[in-house]
Amino acid sequence: METNSILETIQMISEEKLDIRTITMGISLIDCIDSDGKKARQKIYDKLTTKAKDLVKVANEIQSEYGIPIVNKRISVTPISIIAAASDDKDYVAYAKTMDQAAKELGVDLIGGFSALVQKGYQSGDETLIQSIPQALTETQRVCGSVNVGSTRSGINLDAVKQMGHVIKDLAKEDPVNCMSLVVFANAVEDNPFMAGAFHGVGEADCVINVGISGPGVVKRALEQVKGQPIDKVSETIKKTAFKVTRMGQFVGNVASKALNVPFGIVDLSLAPTPNEGDSVAEILEEIGLESVGAPGTTAALALLNDAVKKGGVMACEHVGGLSGAFIPVSEDAEMIRAVTKGNLNIEKLEAMTAVCSVGLDMIAIPGDTTAETISGMIADESAIGVINNKTTAVRIIPATGKKVGDTVEFGGLFGQAPVMPVNTNSPADFIHRGGHIPSPIHSFKN
Amino acid sequence: MKAILTVFGKDHTGIVAKVSNELSKLDINIIDISQTLMHGSFTMMMMVEVPDTSDFDTVKNDFESLGKDNALEIHIQRQEIFDATQKL
Repeated sequence: METNSILETIQMISEEKLDIRTITMGISLIDCIDSDGKKARQKIYDKLTTKAKDLVKVANEIQSEYGIPIVNKRISVTPISIIAAASDDKDYVAYAKTMDQAAKELGVDLIGGFSALVQKGYQSGDETLIQSIPQALTETQRVCGSVNVGSTRSGINLDAVKQMGHVIKDLAKEDPVNCMSLVVFANAVEDNPFMAGAFHGVGEADCVINVGISGPGVVKRALEQVKGQPIDKVSETIKKTAFKVTRMGQFVGNVASKALNVPFGIVDLSLAPTPNEGDSVAEILEEIGLESVGAPGTTAALALLNDAVKKGGVMACEHVGGLSGAFIPVSEDAEMIRAVTKGNLNIEKLEAMTAVCSVGLDMIAIPGDTTAETISGMIADESAIGVINNKTTAVRIIPATGKKVGDTVEFGGLFGQAPVMPVNTNSPADFIHRGGHIPSPIHSFKN
Repeated sequence: MKAILTVFGKDHTGIVAKVSNELSKLDINIIDISQTLMHGSFTMMMMVEVPDTSDFDTVKNDFESLGKDNALEIHIQRQEIFDATQKL
C-alpha cells in the first residue's frame, strides 16, 4: 500500500478540488432524419432517451465508488441544422424543445448541438436554425447552441459574422443570461465535451463518451512548491501535475465507457476553472509571478501553461481531443472576476490571451447598448485569430441589456458572475456591412 | 472489490477498534493497514476487501456516520483510482 500516493490523490480531490467537469455522451442523430419534422423529433427523443438512459446512473455510481466528483453529465448531438434540413419546418424551436425534454427526462445537466456549421456558406437548414436560436435558447433550460463561422481551410463567413451579432443581441433581449448557452466558433471541433460549444460531429461514431476535467487548483498548489525557481522548472511541474490530473480523466472515461458499453472517445485536456476559491486559472498565472492576471507577461505565462498542460496530458491519455487548453472564462474564475473588477484586466488583453490558449472571449459581459456590429467586430477578430493560427477560437459574450460598465450579471452555480466590461466604441459597421467572405489564409493550402 | 479506507482526525483512544469493529460487522476483510500521527493528527489507511455482494453506498454511508459520531473524516474509495493517477 503506497500511503504517500493515496494521501496525494485524496488531497488533490478534497483540498485542491480536482474533479471531472463533465462526462459527455456524443450521440449521432443522422439516423433520425425525416422529411416529416414531427417524426424526426420523435426519433430524436427516442434515440436520446435510449442511448443515454444509464448515463446519469453510471456517472453517479463512479462518483460514489471511486470518490471523484463528476460535476456535470451532458449530451452532445449532431448539429440540428443538418438533421432538420430535410423537413419543411419553418423554424427549429420544436427540435430544441425535444432536446430539452429528453435532457430533463434523463437528468443530464446540458445538451449541446443546436448548431450550424456555416464557415463556407449556408445550406437551407443553417438559415432556419440560426433564425431560431433566440427563441429556442430562451424557451429551453438545458439546450446549448453554437455556430461555426470560420475555419483555417475555408476562411471567415462575414455574412454569418454579421448575422450572429444580431442573434446575440436578440438572445440577450429577454434575459442576458440566455447568452451563456450560445457560442460562435472558428475552427470548431467535433468531439468537444464542454458546453456551450459541444456538438457531435458528422465524422464521429454513432455514440461515444468524451470526458472533460477540471484541476486548476492542483496545478496552483504544485507551483507553490517551486517559488522563485527558473521558468523551466515551472513548465516541468505543470507537465507532471497535468499528467496526474488528465490520468484521472482517462481512468473515469474508461470506467464509464465500459459500464455504458459505449466506445471511449477522447479526454479534453482543458483546465476548466469554477468560481470556487482555489479553482482558478488566473491564480495559476499569478503563482507563476504576475501581480495580477492582465499584467504584461500574462500572455507568455498563459502560453507556457497551455503548452505544458498539453505535453503532460497527451502522455496520460489514449486519445486527446476537444478543445484541450486552458480556459479563461471571466465569470467562471474568481480571480479573473477580481482582476476585471479592479481594472487590471480588459477585453483587449483577454483577446491577446486567446491567441495562445483555448478558447476565446468567454463569458464576458459587455454593456447592453453595445451595437450588433460591434459584437460582430469582436467575433470577426476572434475568428481571425483562430483562422490564422490554426486553432479553435470562440466568442461567448453577454450583452447585459439595461446594464453598464461596473454592473454585474449573475449566472449562478458553475457559471458564476460577470462584471460588465468596457468595449471600444469606435464603429466597425462599414466593415461588417460589406458582408461576403474573408478568404482562407495562404498557409491553409497544404495539399 | 479492493478498496482504500482512510481515516483522518484528532487522535483519541479506540479509533482503530471502532473502525475494525465496523469492518467486521460488514464482513469486510483487512488486507493491509498503516497508521501514524501526522502533525498531531490521526491518519490511518487500510486496504480492504469489500464482498461483491455488499452495497457500496451502504458501506460508504455506514462509515460516514461512524466518522461523524467520532469526529473523524472517514472515506472509502475503490482502490483503482489511486493507481490511475500515479502509475503508467
